[in-house]
Amino acid sequence: MNTKTLIPLALFAVLVGFLAMGLRLDPREVPSPLVNKPAPAFRVPQLEQPDAQFSPEDMKGQVWMFNVWASWCVACRQEHPVLMDFARAKVAPLIGLDYKDQRKDALGVLKRSGNPYDITAFDADGRVGIDYGVYGVPESYVIDKSGVIRYKHIGPITVEAMEKTIIPLINELKKS
Amino acid sequence: MKYFYTLLLVVLVCAGAIAKDASPLAEDPLVEQRLITISEELRCLVCQNESLAGSRADLAMDLRRELRTLIKQGKTDAEIREFMVSRYGDFVLYRPPVKPSTWLLWLGPFGLMAVGLVALFVYLRRRNSEVATAAGLTEEERVRAEALLQEGDK
Repeated sequence: MNTKTLIPLALFAVLVGFLAMGLRLDPREVPSPLVNKPAPAFRVPQLEQPDAQFSPEDMKGQVWMFNVWASWCVACRQEHPVLMDFARAKVAPLIGLDYKDQRKDALGVLKRSGNPYDITAFDADGRVGIDYGVYGVPESYVIDKSGVIRYKHIGPITVEAMEKTIIPLINELKKS
Repeated sequence: MKYFYTLLLVVLVCAGAIAKDASPLAEDPLVEQRLITISEELRCLVCQNESLAGSRADLAMDLRRELRTLIKQGKTDAEIREFMVSRYGDFVLYRPPVKPSTWLLWLGPFGLMAVGLVALFVYLRRRNSEVATAAGLTEEERVRAEALLQEGDK
């Protein structure tokens, strides 16, 4: 067989390779430029106590998880049991950010299905969400002791992602 | 009755004179114009095939509100783009920047063209020499060909 006749076949194989790679990529998973950058500062009222405020500054010296959610977000319900387990295991403080929501609705959800959050910050107009590059709830961030974002998870956290990536990372960060 | 209709007609015709100019959609058309120019080059992250200027998504509206504030603060286009990139990454730019990770994207097509041109050049050279050897005449044939050509000239 002539090697020349193999050239189109080889080109086709390269094309298939690129297409196969393209199929595996998820256009929803936009790499965040915020990873390894200091968590953007903000100060907003808390959900449960509107008089009290929350700021990431308050968490300095601790490794913590920041979870953006909303009562209107369906995928958040899917991730809720995973967060409940996370809170029960007391791996790290879990701070919620109630994104573009109504206080009444959000409190209702927490009452009905349980509250995994140590504190929930209330972002009524989505201004904090913009600073954190949120474009689809739920999104979660792991923030280290010095206030640097070390990991961002887009979409509902699965049991697998929690056990294989997030918890080991938190334990690692706690040691340093 | 005739008077009534005349009066009605007069009122209806004049109603146009009372109408006001349409009030502009935004308080400041200049800000809006710049917002559109900038946001047409930015991707909406919710509906990823829409520009920020055209999207009706909730997040796009919030972002347009943010950009409006930035424009009013007198930020330059570059600063506004940086605001978006620092939050959402290069993905929001419809025109990706030239940097090492995008070299393949920017230069790849030219590379492919260069490969094509080289292949074409090599192929033509080879064919030329093949044609030349195929058309190579022996001394005897050359003399005969010349004779035939001269004959044709007469």
